[in-house]
Amino acid sequence: MMQSPSSNGVAAYLNDVHKIYQMGMQEVKALAGVSISFETGSFWAILGPSGSGKSTLLNLLGCLDRPTKGTYVLNGHDVSTLDDDDLSDMRLRHLGFIFQSFNLIPQSTVEENIQLPLYYQGWDPEESAERARVLARMVGLEDRLSHRPMELSGGQQQRVAIARALANDPAILLADEPTGNLDSHTTIEIMNLLRALNQQGKTIIMVTHERDIAEYAKHRLYMRDGLIETIES
Amino acid sequence: MLIQKYAREINLGVKNLLLHKLRSFLTMLGVVFGVGSVIAMLAVGEGASKEALDRIRKLGSQNILISSAKSIEEETQTNTRILMSIYGLLYEDERRIAESFPSVNRTVPVKEIRKQARLGERSMELRVVGTTPNWFELIQRPIISGRVLMQRDLDERGNVVVLTEHGVRKLLATKNTIGQTLRLGSEYFEVIGIVQSASVIGGDIQTPDQEIDAYIPVTVARERYGDIFMKRVAGSETREKVELHQIIVQVDSTQNVEMTAKGIEAMLKRFHKKTDYKISVPLTLLRQAEATKRTFNVVLGSIAGISLLVGGIGIMNIMLASVTERTREIGIRRAIGAKKKQIVLQFLIETVVLSTTGGLIGMGIGLLIPWMITLLAGMPTVVSAYSLVLSLGISMGVGILFGIYPAFRASNLDPIVALRHE
Ligand SMILES: Nc1ncnc2c1ncn2[C@@H]1O[C@H](COP(=O)(O)OP(=O)(O)O)[C@@H](O)[C@H]1O
Ligand SMILES: [Mg+2]
Repeated sequence: MMQSPSSNGVAAYLNDVHKIYQMGMQEVKALAGVSISFETGSFWAILGPSGSGKSTLLNLLGCLDRPTKGTYVLNGHDVSTLDDDDLSDMRLRHLGFIFQSFNLIPQSTVEENIQLPLYYQGWDPEESAERARVLARMVGLEDRLSHRPMELSGGQQQRVAIARALANDPAILLADEPTGNLDSHTTIEIMNLLRALNQQGKTIIMVTHERDIAEYAKHRLYMRDGLIETIES
Repeated sequence: MLIQKYAREINLGVKNLLLHKLRSFLTMLGVVFGVGSVIAMLAVGEGASKEALDRIRKLGSQNILISSAKSIEEETQTNTRILMSIYGLLYEDERRIAESFPSVNRTVPVKEIRKQARLGERSMELRVVGTTPNWFELIQRPIISGRVLMQRDLDERGNVVVLTEHGVRKLLATKNTIGQTLRLGSEYFEVIGIVQSASVIGGDIQTPDQEIDAYIPVTVARERYGDIFMKRVAGSETREKVELHQIIVQVDSTQNVEMTAKGIEAMLKRFHKKTDYKISVPLTLLRQAEATKRTFNVVLGSIAGISLLVGGIGIMNIMLASVTERTREIGIRRAIGAKKKQIVLQFLIETVVLSTTGGLIGMGIGLLIPWMITLLAGMPTVVSAYSLVLSLGISMGVGILFGIYPAFRASNLDPIVALRHE
């Protein structure tokens, strides 16, 4: 695997990344040459109008997709050309996801949801349960371990999702509109939690379209037509 | 062990199936009934064929049965003017067979005559069998009292008779009947022995002996009763001349049975102008019965195959619906880092758990039905271990076969698309 130019202190590094979707005869340039470094321990907000390429960028960063062209180095590993199994492995070991709609498994308990990454890492069930308890305590849900997602409020569900995203101690926490489905009070709670995590050293990259949410981040990246328009640090 | 290796996946599968108990149960019904009916049908078939095979074995797989039978030409002749039909096996035939074939252990002549028997006040019609001591060597029934026929009886042409237990009972006689005089037709015989009766369960395929028989020396039968019999058919009387009704040939080993039967047939053909005899070889019947059983099993297997196919399609259908329903879940698992093969495994194991559970329930039904058939209808059934192992294996196979497509469909979902799925 290729080492990034300055792998020390860089969680993710993109160089001239393109993503082109073929829509019949038409080519859609979702990303048209993006180059950027995300430092370890930074907190980024990605902003931009609808269709500017925010989700595409996040999917690439999340190893859910491969760039059509360009290089992506995640935590020191060049993942631009990995196959499906290796991409799955990168997600499992280096990434945590937080979604707008929480995306918890409805039939599983809070504890089982938090343990999911550990299940796929093949952890010992007891150690895994212990870690789930620690994480639940951290997001303030240690008394909800045996509940099902449906029995929790939106804010609580998003905390479970955050606990799950932290289970594998990821290099980057990726969040796509994490407060999009929450009321303003809960939004503040969740954003404070994310900020606290960042202060503890977690690298966070978050897509949002709300300016005041983006204010929680240390850096802001504006997208337009598949390109980085401006960066606010 | 497979179960230990996939313990987590099986656990997950069971949990998911228990989430929709009714649906899971209905889904597995096809396999339940498929497996249940396979085991039950095989048990009934196995029981029936075992019974048939047992009956044929009773006739002796080392034996050849030659019976007198009117030739077909004569049978179809409507000429009622024939005063007497002469046909069947000859005393000479027995001697020739005994002397010509080294593979023949012993021959038993059978001369059958129906006579009215009278002992004191009691009277009944029974079958008188004129034969030799060989009869008792071939059909070994325990002697209850007295003795069986001996060569001396044949040579001395003594009027002696051996009765069967049931016959004795019908005549209201006891063990003390030995030495008493029994009248058979117009002749008087001394009762010298009583043997155990043939079991009644024998059913429609005859063992050579019957429940109620009177055995006398064949030489005596010939001298006292002659070879000519009156036969009353549809009001008109015909006369028949038959020397021996049957010759039972015992061959030294089963390997020589069919060859010897061919030899006997060739010999009889040479000495008889008409085909007035019938040769039946229990061993051949046995082979035919076994072949029939195999055919039966193939037919059953096909029916079973079809019902399991239907069951499998039912499972596949539900699993496809389940994959669609759980698209989002699949997306979540993939995003978290589950590999395609782990998704395949998850769904495949869920299907196999479903079909195997169905198979186990079906096994219970498959054991219950034959048990009830035997209990209520008295029909013999045999549940063989192989049918249990086979159906369990097949139900697991059905799970794998029909689970593969839904499982691959699940694993091939694009995680990005799956996550967006509502
Ligand atoms: N799977 C896809 N197939 C085709 N076009 C796509 C696909 N995903 C995104 N696009 C296109 O790429 C562009 C960027 O989309 P996206 O990254 O979702 O923007 P945003 O998240 O900023 O709204 C849009 O024009 C969109 O229509
Ligand atoms: Mg978007």
